Amino acid sequence: MSAFLALLSRDLRLALRSGGDVVAVLAFFVITVVLFPLGVGPELALLGRIAAGVVWVAALLATLLALDRLFAQDYEDGSLDLLMLSPLPLEAAVLAKALAHWLLTGLPLILLSPLMAAMLGLEAKVWPVLALSLLLGTPCLSLIGAVGSALTLGARRGGALLALLILPLFVPVLIFGAAAVEAVATGLTARPHLLLLGGCLAAALPLAPIAAAAAIRQAQS
Amino acid sequence: MPEPRLTAASLAATDLACLRGGRLVFAGLSFRLGPGGALVLTGPNGSGKSSLLRLVAGLVPAFAGTLDWTGAPGSIAYLGHQDAVKPALTVREALRVWAALAGVGAGEGAVDAAIAAVGLEGLDDLPGRYLSAGQRRRLALARLELGRAALWLLDEPTLGLDAASVARLEARIARHRAAGGLVMLATHVPLALDGAGRLALEDYAAEAPL
Repeated sequence: MSAFLALLSRDLRLALRSGGDVVAVLAFFVITVVLFPLGVGPELALLGRIAAGVVWVAALLATLLALDRLFAQDYEDGSLDLLMLSPLPLEAAVLAKALAHWLLTGLPLILLSPLMAAMLGLEAKVWPVLALSLLLGTPCLSLIGAVGSALTLGARRGGALLALLILPLFVPVLIFGAAAVEAVATGLTARPHLLLLGGCLAAALPLAPIAAAAAIRQAQS
Repeated sequence: MPEPRLTAASLAATDLACLRGGRLVFAGLSFRLGPGGALVLTGPNGSGKSSLLRLVAGLVPAFAGTLDWTGAPGSIAYLGHQDAVKPALTVREALRVWAALAGVGAGEGAVDAAIAAVGLEGLDDLPGRYLSAGQRRRLALARLELGRAALWLLDEPTLGLDAASVARLEARIARHRAAGGLVMLATHVPLALDGAGRLALEDYAAEAPL
């Protein structure tokens, strides 16, 4: 457990000290959302209608931004060797790194989401369900992303490859997340969509670390 | 100050073969290393010195042959080509993280001792980005002091080190062996190691490509 926490706090410290990465992800999220009113026009009825989808797609792309470096730096500087030799199971190390990624990208995105929703004219009654769908969905993105990041280790132009590999896998999360908000906006219950999102998270939580650890072992040998 | 004895452990390899990128690097390699033993790997570039060390560390699987390590699985310290030094972490923080990852609850005393062992006193609050190449190597070598692994696997440990640091490393290896520890190292710089065995990897080069 202490090795898990040491790795988690190391990753958080490294990201916060370099600073730029976290700010870049949030700025990317905000700018992407801001581009939509400029592109489709300032008509609030239309913007309110597409707001949930816009916030979700922007969150998804912003998540992708920091993913290619999740294991790459440790791979390049030799730290990954030490992680593999540590008594901490590699699966747990992957989980610690995915959790650090979520705390640095997913969580700030959730906190910013009401602001973005307000800007796009989404009704206030829908904000909580938007935040809740992101709360269930963004950890899935970090976990699935960890698998992609591990699979592209050592590949040249890994970033572009990562996006091609991972974006299709993000689709179910996007569909259920946006549908939950849509349901509440049209007066229905968001419960089935949120349950499905929870199901995605329950599946990704044990499976993604196993898959990512296997990919890392493959990349190292 | 004599170090407490390590639990006796030995390493034996039989008919090892290593495959890298579809090419057989070496084959039919056997050796035996007992408590206090040292084995120096020699051979031209690409003869598989690093591959053998990574194989013994358990980072890559053997293509053929068996490797028998009688010590605890976690009792192997590996120093690769890279120093694994993070630019944003200070010397002290890096050692604390490594200690936690190695599963040893090293107190500040152990971290201080590790810093002193490589002569980095006074630099302990300096972030990794300000260290010179030799200092980064010394920080990586300080890791060996944490957790007291029985088997040290050192890949070009003298890379970037000054003469004083090389002498310090030789003394540390001698102390480690006197306490019953084992060392396997690849080096192009002659190191003073009493009674060390030699393994010339070019003798095990696979004759025909697969």
